Amino acid sequence: MSDSSINPSEVDIVIAAINSDLTPFLNEWRPIFSPFHLIIVKDPDMDGELHVPEGFNVDVFTKSDINLMVGSSHSFLFSGYSCRYFGYLVSRKKYIISIDDDCVPAKDNNGHIVDLVAQHIANLKAPATPFFFNTLYDPYRKGADFVRGYPFSLRSGVTCALSCGLWLNLADYDAPTQALKPEQRNSRYVDAVMTVPVRSLMPVSGINIAFDREVVGPTLFPALRLSAEGKIRWETVEDIWSGMCVKVICDHLGIGVKTGIPYVWRKERGDAIESLKKEWEGVKLMEEVVPFFQSVRLPRSAATAEDCVVDMAKAVKEQLGKVDPMFARAGDAMADWVKLWKSVGSSAPEV
Amino acid sequence: MAQYSKVAPTPLLKDELDIVIPTIRNLDFLEMWRPFFQQYHLIIVQDGDPSKVIKVPEGFDYELYNRNDINRILGPKASCISFKDSACRCFGYMVSKKKYIFTIDDDCFVAKDPSGKDINALEQHIKNLLSPSTPFFFNTLYDPYREGADFVRGYPFSLREGIPTAVSHGLWLNIPDYDAPTQLVKPLERNTRFVDAVLTIPKGTLFPMCGMNLAFNRELIGPAMYFGLMGDGQPIGRYDDMWAGWCMKVICDHLGLGVKTGLPYIWHSKASNPFVNLKKEYKGIYWQEELIPFFQSATLPKDCTTVQGCYLELSKQVKAKLGKDDDYFIKLADAMVTWVEAWDELNPVGGKAVEANGVVAK
Repeated sequence: MSDSSINPSEVDIVIAAINSDLTPFLNEWRPIFSPFHLIIVKDPDMDGELHVPEGFNVDVFTKSDINLMVGSSHSFLFSGYSCRYFGYLVSRKKYIISIDDDCVPAKDNNGHIVDLVAQHIANLKAPATPFFFNTLYDPYRKGADFVRGYPFSLRSGVTCALSCGLWLNLADYDAPTQALKPEQRNSRYVDAVMTVPVRSLMPVSGINIAFDREVVGPTLFPALRLSAEGKIRWETVEDIWSGMCVKVICDHLGIGVKTGIPYVWRKERGDAIESLKKEWEGVKLMEEVVPFFQSVRLPRSAATAEDCVVDMAKAVKEQLGKVDPMFARAGDAMADWVKLWKSVGSSAPEV
Repeated sequence: MAQYSKVAPTPLLKDELDIVIPTIRNLDFLEMWRPFFQQYHLIIVQDGDPSKVIKVPEGFDYELYNRNDINRILGPKASCISFKDSACRCFGYMVSKKKYIFTIDDDCFVAKDPSGKDINALEQHIKNLLSPSTPFFFNTLYDPYREGADFVRGYPFSLREGIPTAVSHGLWLNIPDYDAPTQLVKPLERNTRFVDAVLTIPKGTLFPMCGMNLAFNRELIGPAMYFGLMGDGQPIGRYDDMWAGWCMKVICDHLGLGVKTGLPYIWHSKASNPFVNLKKEYKGIYWQEELIPFFQSATLPKDCTTVQGCYLELSKQVKAKLGKDDDYFIKLADAMVTWVEAWDELNPVGGKAVEANGVVAK
């Protein structure tokens, strides 16, 4: 079920500009991105001018835009990689695709360039199947189907809210792993997309992601900021934290999360050992939060994405707040985010 | 990070693994597998007419059991072994004395990977079984113990050791394992997509387990691999492996054992007749709707710490909860008990008790 006719008016591509010169990045993506509207958010911590090449339908947001729209008391939420969330906030499209600015198009096993947008949209438009695992992976893909033994009542699937893509070359490993295997690069293109089963948690990487903003927009948020968070993915966990919340919320609402294709090619950047010396915090934090996420239950009354975030924020503060003040701050940030979403985001009246 | 050695060659395990093959026609397919199977002991379970002579190609070391043998060895307990259905293969699991089983259908051949190289399915199954599973958290780069892969950022370190793998479920190129309705709608569909991944099926998630290309650790999970009552005299067919897979997964989840799916691929050559299949499956198609909620909500008490104990407890629940849907399930529950009794008789060392955390108690 490949979607050959994507309606560009349904899609925004949101890019957090961590690098000041986006020219090489956007030129690489030009054939794939040019039909679509781009929202580029400049990292407010970045000094110097942002360079965006000609020929794109693009809106650029900078520190002053952020301050204007959310007030300077909230602008701290959007620093570093998290500036992309500002892009989610101001978008009015149904689908958002967001990738890091150190990724370029990948090639599949036949040597063809992977159309990132087409694949993410195909993933989001086809149903997800979280309640029973299909051994031939996505049953809605051309050439595949549900296997013998798959219950018929579960074959219509549910809405897919999130599409998590993957990475060739520099995979999204943590610093300890990459430091121990400095030469390891991901060269394995796995030609599959599949639904992550209900109740199964996973690390959601922000490097290559797409989602249905109308369904889960409020559930992707900047909340967990490490004290020494840096401008390299090894020094962040904001996406991992957000992703755990998203999965719990999707499971609660009975909607799906897919993982697999499309791939991006992630360029060499950073030094894992340097990151390791600087930042152990993120790695340690995960150990504290897993039991919480595995056991947290949202009340039946939480029927919308916004309600779910509010309830998750409460649960985070109550149960994790005492473990580390960082979590209490994250809970506050989540609650603030929902308020922002309601006033500035899609539920707000058209500006 | 993944500690499993990727540099060392995969052990052959030729004295620790039996290959179980159910057949009713012939074993010609073994010729193609010879380079990969010849070093292993085969257990052939001959279904159908016992007076027919099934010729085993030269050079294979094997034992063959027909229906007369099954009746002789099990006596009255032979009633639990299906007749005229490949479900009879589980008799082979019972009589094996090895630690690992690989089972394959007689219409499955050697497949080629995208580079054109022949796939040694048995070697991949062994790799899968010898490396840990990770059912408690999903790794987005699939099996982290594979060469060239690892756990991704955000994967909790406390969960990176994994747990023992009990089952390795392989896939099929060419004729996919579709049910009859799907076959009728898409008679020409062939699976040409080689997905280069092995992954652990998460805890609490069920899946359809196909018996065409399957391997398991008999010491860890053998008694749960009963393929049910199918075929002659039974109201249902083509649900043998499904039944075994759902029971097995509930028990593995309870005991802390892992199940993997994905590679290896075999080449499935025969499309069975969809009208014949429909007749066999049709009860299963609507019974499934009751079975799935049953298995999804099945819980086993903490004091069930052995596979046999878990299986007997499950059989009680089958009788109590599914027996009212159809008498067949009462018969099936009884057959599950018979199976365990027969298993214990044929494997008298008592089976090793598997502790709830997956460690084998000595």
